Amino acid sequence: MSSERKIRILVAKPGLDGHDRGVKIVARAYRDAGFEVIYTGLHQTPEQIVNAALQEDVDLIGLSCLSGAHMYLLPRVVELLKENKAEDIIVIVGGIIPKEDIPKLKKMGIKEIFLPGSSLSEIINWTRANMKPRHA
Amino acid sequence: MFAEETLRQVREGKKEWEKEVEKVIMQNPERKGGFSTVSDMEIKIIYTPEDIKDLDFARDIGYPGIFPFTRGCQPTMYRGREWTFRMFSGMGSAEDTNKRWHLLLKEGETGLSTAFDFPTLMGYDTDSPRARGECGKCGVAIDTLRDFEILTDRIPFDKITTSMTINPPASILWAMYLAAAEKAGISWDKIGGTIQNDMLKEFIAQKTLMLPLEPSIRLISDTIEFGTKYVPKWNTISISGYHIREAGSTAIQELAFTLADGIAYVQDVIERKKLDVDSFAPRFSFFFNSHLDFFEEVAKFRAARRMWAKIMRDRFKAKDPRSWWMRFHTQTAGCSLVAQQPYNNVVRTAIEALAAVLGGTQSLHTNSLDETLALPSEFAATTALRTQQIIADEIGVTNTIDPLAGSYFVESLTNQMEEKAWEYINKIDDMGGMPAAIEQGFPQMEIANAAYHYQQQIDKGEKVAIGVNKYSAGEQVYPPLLQIPEELEEEQIARTNEVKRIRDNRQVIQTLSDLRTASKTDKNLMPYVIEAVKEYATEQEICDTWRDVFGEYHESVIHL
Repeated sequence: MSSERKIRILVAKPGLDGHDRGVKIVARAYRDAGFEVIYTGLHQTPEQIVNAALQEDVDLIGLSCLSGAHMYLLPRVVELLKENKAEDIIVIVGGIIPKEDIPKLKKMGIKEIFLPGSSLSEIINWTRANMKPRHA
Repeated sequence: MFAEETLRQVREGKKEWEKEVEKVIMQNPERKGGFSTVSDMEIKIIYTPEDIKDLDFARDIGYPGIFPFTRGCQPTMYRGREWTFRMFSGMGSAEDTNKRWHLLLKEGETGLSTAFDFPTLMGYDTDSPRARGECGKCGVAIDTLRDFEILTDRIPFDKITTSMTINPPASILWAMYLAAAEKAGISWDKIGGTIQNDMLKEFIAQKTLMLPLEPSIRLISDTIEFGTKYVPKWNTISISGYHIREAGSTAIQELAFTLADGIAYVQDVIERKKLDVDSFAPRFSFFFNSHLDFFEEVAKFRAARRMWAKIMRDRFKAKDPRSWWMRFHTQTAGCSLVAQQPYNNVVRTAIEALAAVLGGTQSLHTNSLDETLALPSEFAATTALRTQQIIADEIGVTNTIDPLAGSYFVESLTNQMEEKAWEYINKIDDMGGMPAAIEQGFPQMEIANAAYHYQQQIDKGEKVAIGVNKYSAGEQVYPPLLQIPEELEEEQIARTNEVKRIRDNRQVIQTLSDLRTASKTDKNLMPYVIEAVKEYATEQEICDTWRDVFGEYHESVIHL
């Protein structure tokens, strides 16, 4: 048995939007690629997402946002992680994010943004290249 | 359909041709191992009379406006009246959306269709903590009748029909429409329109959720009963395959699950309300997706009409032909559009719209080229409307009815869609009907599997999305996008606070209390909702009353 801890990922859908086709596909692709995946389900507030991330002791949070509410919902997750001294949990996003919002979100602490048309392998490869478990 | 001698000749000729094919393939193999539709249905190299030899013209095809309605639901179809150009629109404030509606009407739109923002769709007011950041983003924000009056300003209630994409709080938004029409002096028997009001597909696919299954279905049957009695020209439900398809289903799943949902609603109204099927079924309407695979979509629409006619006549014993016909709205497939090289989306939408028209739709929304990026700009929405107008006026497809009938391929595919959809429906019947199937996660899992399979095919290049996994090089040219200002949220909250200040709060409390009491009985709740709405109770005040009485629904099992 490998002693190395697997990377744990929380996949979450913040806000009221229920379009979960993409988020479920990404969660499944992560699972099939050998990561440990927890999917929060729909209609999560940033508070619920951060609580789940802390409870599940994850290394990475993947947020899906298609609704245009990203400028409130996404920075709020990062902010709450900081408040809980868990800023070492990486946050990435997939969804519909206008070009001009990308630098703003990155400045606010979102590590990477995958836009419509991103392939599953791009997301998996990025995760393998950029992530290691926060603790063994 | 064919004489034995003809079929013999067909078979003989085919043998000859197959020899030729074999020779050609030896030298030039086919481009790929197999050919299939977008939904992964395998398609043969050629179709002949043999593929439809059991087809019976009168039984399976027939004439438009007559059972089994395969060719269309009206006798003269588009020669009599074009389909309704109905552009789904809503953004920002009620003023913003009213302005867009008047623009589209000026440009030749013939029906209205409302997109609400997420808080409205989910039964929250703009000031709810759950609604933060969402106001006006995906549609228009409506908290009270005040917003609705602004939304419908200068809209002639008796001359134009309005569709509202609204589900858990459908009865509330409909009550606002009825109240606004009444204030404008138009009686309910003169107004027409549609509320989507289809919760089963929400549990299956789109997931705007509020109450558990049972009270959700009860509210729907209440609206159907109310409409039947008091708003006779209103389509009280739009049973929707659209969102099932957008969630990643195949065309067959879209068809089968939609019809199974329809069966569940008819069944519930008959059992719960003891209404005669012919009293309410003629006001049932449907809503389908039109995806990229042209022939698959045309076959789906034709099969849908034929199947619903059989369901209503044979299963529910309806006698009125208007209970047998399936009238439907179509929207081109949002999920087929891509963010890369977005102007190509105009082409995709045009082809999908053509499939809807050749499939005999009653009403059509064409997506805008920028919809993978934002809500439609004025330019993009007008271009999408023009796409329909070009199909209606320039290319000759409205001259004759159901021009693809009799095609060996289209008829064969229509039969195949029907056959496979019945398999699903029988399976769902065996599970105890759609509500039971949903509780077991059956349709959800089927759709999730199909969606994952499709994405894997895209990733492997087995299915093509131009600009994404093929011909993706080159500079991207993006159109200017519509933006919804963040300040709108505060303005909307201020407006609703002002409404709360000037309304008669004693009356609001009384009507909500009456609604609460009635909700605990089996009384029809529509009159109570209308009373509350007229007193300017907010949408959430009404929904919270129900959340309190019925509890909230949360997805328990999530099917990845």
